Amino acid sequence: MTVKRISKNTRTTFITYGFVAAAFAVLQVLNSSGDLSPLLSGMLIPICAWVVMAISLNLTVGILGELSLGHAGFMSVGAFMGTTAAIALQRSVESAPLRLAIAIVVGAVFAAIVGFLIGIPVLRLNGDYLAIVTLAFGEIIKSIFTNLYVGIDERGFHMSLLKDRTDLLPGGKLIIAGPMGIGGVERISTFIAGFVLIMICLIVIFNLVNSRAGRAIMALRDNRIAAESVGISVTKYKMMAFVTSAAMAGGAGALFALNYSTVVANKFDFNNSILVLVFVVLGGLGNMLGSIIAAAALTILPEALRQFADYRMLVYAIVLILVMLGTNNPQIKNAFATCFDWLKGVFRKQSAKVSGERKEV
Amino acid sequence: MMKKALAFIMAMVMVLALVACGNSNTDPQTAPDDTTPTETTAFKIGGTGPLTGGAAIYGNAVKNAAEIAVEEINALGGIQFELRFEDDQHDAEKALNAYNTLKGWGMQISLGSVTSKPCEATATEAYKDRIFSLTPSASSTAVLVLDSDADPVTYKDNMFQMCFTDPNQGSASAQYIFDKGLATKVAVIWKSDDVYSKGIYDTFTAKAAELGIEIVSDTTFADGNDTDFSVQIADAQSKGAELVFLPMYYTPASLIFAQAKAAGFAPKWFGVDGMDGILTLEGFETSLAEGVILLTPFNADSGDAKTAAFVAKYQEKFGEVPTQFAADAYDCVYAYYQALTAAGCTTDMSAADICSAMIKQFTTMTFDGLTGEGMTWDATGAVTKSPKGMVIENGAYVGLD
Repeated sequence: MTVKRISKNTRTTFITYGFVAAAFAVLQVLNSSGDLSPLLSGMLIPICAWVVMAISLNLTVGILGELSLGHAGFMSVGAFMGTTAAIALQRSVESAPLRLAIAIVVGAVFAAIVGFLIGIPVLRLNGDYLAIVTLAFGEIIKSIFTNLYVGIDERGFHMSLLKDRTDLLPGGKLIIAGPMGIGGVERISTFIAGFVLIMICLIVIFNLVNSRAGRAIMALRDNRIAAESVGISVTKYKMMAFVTSAAMAGGAGALFALNYSTVVANKFDFNNSILVLVFVVLGGLGNMLGSIIAAAALTILPEALRQFADYRMLVYAIVLILVMLGTNNPQIKNAFATCFDWLKGVFRKQSAKVSGERKEV
Repeated sequence: MMKKALAFIMAMVMVLALVACGNSNTDPQTAPDDTTPTETTAFKIGGTGPLTGGAAIYGNAVKNAAEIAVEEINALGGIQFELRFEDDQHDAEKALNAYNTLKGWGMQISLGSVTSKPCEATATEAYKDRIFSLTPSASSTAVLVLDSDADPVTYKDNMFQMCFTDPNQGSASAQYIFDKGLATKVAVIWKSDDVYSKGIYDTFTAKAAELGIEIVSDTTFADGNDTDFSVQIADAQSKGAELVFLPMYYTPASLIFAQAKAAGFAPKWFGVDGMDGILTLEGFETSLAEGVILLTPFNADSGDAKTAAFVAKYQEKFGEVPTQFAADAYDCVYAYYQALTAAGCTTDMSAADICSAMIKQFTTMTFDGLTGEGMTWDATGAVTKSPKGMVIENGAYVGLD
């Protein structure tokens, strides 16, 4: 039996890949045959973006063990920079998928740079202090983008803060218009791009986690003093996880923004960071598959509750409490585990039977 | 363990109770109820707006007024409407979800979205899906624009507005202040992260400069620091502003009035249509708004019989005086009624067929409603009607002219 020799980690990794790929295949088939409701087919891309947000935050919170409350800030950077790149390249790059790919990369790179800059002061802190500083950072990003004006004309990019002083030549275009954000964006995001982005992020995360660096990062999470005493560089490994997480959030931001014809900085506020944190906590710290399912479920849930009309958000909150209580309840967990074991038992018996029969043959 | 189990059971009970409430309390018009008898013979009219959250008062005003109009029209016995209004929480992502829900329901004509940014997102979709949209209150120009890169700028052919565009409001306000000689030194306090406020501010300052109105103080605020206005008020006061222009929604405005009074600053106040609704704000001392002037196309106190009937019905049903948002929504439904009747549309027509018929109607017809007589629309979708100056006296709006 070779299956048994595969380590538990590798098995989880492949189950996650398999689940995402299967979900994608099913949804793609349903969507192209028109069997999905307009609501669900319109939500496929945002779900992909939220899934990437959730798994990237899980890297910071679950693997690195630092509570970050400013994750929407990175998404915002990715959204604005990625969309700016997409608009600037509208004429020179004709292929929409290529433009989308460039936009996502640009968004990820800018978010990574911002993540690095933020990381320098922030990662010297621990626990609550780090949470508060990342929260402040998210707000700073929001107010920068509500006051930023970026335009492009023949002479290149122009930027100004607070007031529009870009002085564009005729034929130039104001891309980011302060509080009005970006408007009139061509919607080039696709579900396939969303799937590819999720897969890339998963591959990066799993390879990081299962590498030497990943073990160092988890050692820091479990006991910083012990890790330092064996010569693990705290700053280096914390930064590695933090910047990777920021870059993915940036990519998600670009994908998300290019699915709507308009982006405003207020969308990426504190509530949004908390929402992503809820995905992570609900899915389980360090559990990527859990984050993916939680992100998808909690994105669909408020829409599925529309029949409650006025009570919708109340029901949403109660369902959230229920799920949190349920997933944390040892009895329910045990019940699931028993169920799982029983299933395993059944499979094992069957496979034993099959192999037994084979032997007989 | 007992406690946890109890919490779990309690939460379950609440959900079940809500399921029961949700089913019995929802309005048959807004619920996706397949057994409604009007199902096959009514035009399905949908709209999205903030029914919860910070901007909820606008979404609810639109929803309520649209419901009244639909009820009235259905009672006439001719064309029947079935209205469904979905919550978008003033957010583009949620608005698109709400729009897709409506599309799944089979929406034939749309009231767009109530607020500007969400409407920009849904308008793009409606353009693609060929569903005709007439928004009561999304006033930004970007709602109408299809491609701002093109020269000349192109507009969505199936997106129309019942309200003024923001730029119109700004220049009309400056013109009004100039024409009536209200002030020569003006202060502006505006919200820097709000599309609506910014749109009006830009055209107001441009027009003011052209007319020679001096702007002595120009201060801003944003989400999160919109509770303390002492700096802005002190700035306007120290620079001797005679009039303060407030292009914003009424919640911050109510705080500005209270704080200016505490600071002993009593200029003339001038607002725009977002100020409408301040008198019905819960816990607001209406005497603070005494003498506030605002430009709005709707006056709940006008002697007009149609307006009076609408206001009475709205008050009876919802217990408050309708705002301009409500009046615009009411007009939207009646404009649809007029256009559908004139075009001879039937309920079995597809959304795309109705859309082309509506485009033809709206660009040629003249409509008399609560918010203006003889309204017309141009091909861009912007409306032409004249704003009315209003002043708040003894806790009520009174027409200025």
